Amino acid sequence: MNRFSPYSFGLAVLVVILLALLPLYGSPYTVILVTSIIMYAALTVSWVMFSGPTGNVSLAPAAFMGMGIYTAASLGKFLPLPLVIVVGAAASLLLALLVGALTLRLKGLYFSIFTFGLVLLLRQLVLWYEVTFTHTRGRFVVVIDNTTIFYVMLAIFVVLLVTAYLLRRSKYGAALEAIGEDEEAAAHAGVNVTAIKTIIFGVSALFMGATGAIMATKWTYIDPYIAFDPFFSFMPVLMAVFGGMATFVGPIIGAAVFGLLEELLLTQFPFYYMLMFGIILVVAITYLPNGLTGLVMKWKKGGRTANHANP
Amino acid sequence: MIVAILDVVVAGLLLGGIYALISVGLSLQYGVARVFNVAHGEFMMLGALSTWTLNQAFGMNPIFAMAICGPIAFVIGYVLHRTLFKRLRRISPSIGAFEGSSMLASFGLLFIIQNVANLIWGTQTKAYTFMTYPVSIFGALFAANRLVTLAFAVAFGIVFYLFLARTRLGKAIRAAAQDPSTAALMGVNINQVLALCFGFGALMAGLGGLLVSMSYPMQTTMGLEYTIITIIVVALGGMGSIPGSFIGGFSLGLIGSIVTKIEPGLSLAAYYLLFMLLLWIKPTGIMGK
Repeated sequence: MNRFSPYSFGLAVLVVILLALLPLYGSPYTVILVTSIIMYAALTVSWVMFSGPTGNVSLAPAAFMGMGIYTAASLGKFLPLPLVIVVGAAASLLLALLVGALTLRLKGLYFSIFTFGLVLLLRQLVLWYEVTFTHTRGRFVVVIDNTTIFYVMLAIFVVLLVTAYLLRRSKYGAALEAIGEDEEAAAHAGVNVTAIKTIIFGVSALFMGATGAIMATKWTYIDPYIAFDPFFSFMPVLMAVFGGMATFVGPIIGAAVFGLLEELLLTQFPFYYMLMFGIILVVAITYLPNGLTGLVMKWKKGGRTANHANP
Repeated sequence: MIVAILDVVVAGLLLGGIYALISVGLSLQYGVARVFNVAHGEFMMLGALSTWTLNQAFGMNPIFAMAICGPIAFVIGYVLHRTLFKRLRRISPSIGAFEGSSMLASFGLLFIIQNVANLIWGTQTKAYTFMTYPVSIFGALFAANRLVTLAFAVAFGIVFYLFLARTRLGKAIRAAAQDPSTAALMGVNINQVLALCFGFGALMAGLGGLLVSMSYPMQTTMGLEYTIITIIVVALGGMGSIPGSFIGGFSLGLIGSIVTKIEPGLSLAAYYLLFMLLLWIKPTGIMGK
């Protein structure tokens, strides 16, 4: 899946055009729903950008998204929207470079735990700061109309897809792939392992920060518990595991399925929704090691080898 | 002044006893069974809330509740390993892949257990009273229940240490921790031993939760914070080392108690800083090889 065939490229462009016209023919409700699905797709695709090839499970998405959310909450009144998004993305990038340089040398599991702890740490630090210095708990965010949010979110997502595609085909993508296969061998072959990992970790965080900055405007009020919600760290992992990580379509399918389920269930049956979330995670890991798209590919491949006989 | 210092130190040791006990459990699950069980704190929560229910419904003394909650926690852990983690072990191409997928599966368990608990108990904070009369230690006053908690935590730790050091099964567990495939060649039923370890881990967490419930209020979301603390304790003490878990647990309890005295809003930040420093200086932990 290193190359798009002209067909899938054409299909991708068609889908983007159809989405871009959505506010003209869809109801306001549909626009909001699709915005939230694109948000999850953006989080998942940027998560897969780093964690897919390396196999290092990052549980930091909520931390990077939270950085974007807090940037929007604290600067939204003073700066125009595009600048807020750029600052939010830059803040996430900086945090990711710092965390990456510190922890990407760690063994896989410690990295996961460390990134997860980061979410809880930032939550506690921001809460402590707000209570001690600003004497408030939360902040109000400047409200923007839903159509604008939709277009900005879509634009971020398209830029992300193009970046992820180019990155995967570039020498950096190849280096990251090699690191995932065998870190030591990659280092011996002349790959600067920590630098490559840190940079791509940073790029993936940049898009999570941008996503957080625009989505914050939808929520009107935020506090550290809303902004740094570990749930946003798990969703991308679940969506990627469920959809499969080998293609760009897998994470997007995962995001669409869970985005819809969330819309249907979360407000009315929150406990059942989260319970189902856990069950699907366990089942997907146990029975679908390569996700839904992996299953489809295996099925296709199985059909093909059957034609050739004697494998 | 001396009383104030004693206050902080003894409070830290009391907290540290619980940290140590639950960390022995995680250390066993990760050190031997290689499952980084992020749902560890959820077993604590189950232990705590079940004890509350037994206490409210039948007026049962929490010390007797151990005889009910302990075995149930053990069986849940044992069955989980025999079904879920055994299968993951079989389909994983390498031990690294198994560690990754079993951690993700345990995140799934976290959501399952927490929300089943939400459906059963609801989200309100719960508490019961047990031995709340004060006891004086060199002038500093402590509730008797905290001392009972500490005594049981230490006793469980010692019993389990003796079990590992002196019995045949303990020897098999230690062998499996060092080299599972060689242990299997020497006639150790490896799946059985790993499942037992996972069960013992759940047992420790369940009993830890029960002890916590004697002196602290509880709710269904209490697990995650304990999980994070446990992970830090295990990293501090060294994976798979029971003395390490006790040293780590008591040090973290002390540090937590000191930081809480100075700036209560930053206790987790202090733990986290310690974790970061440790991973940098000695990633294998104090007692690690």
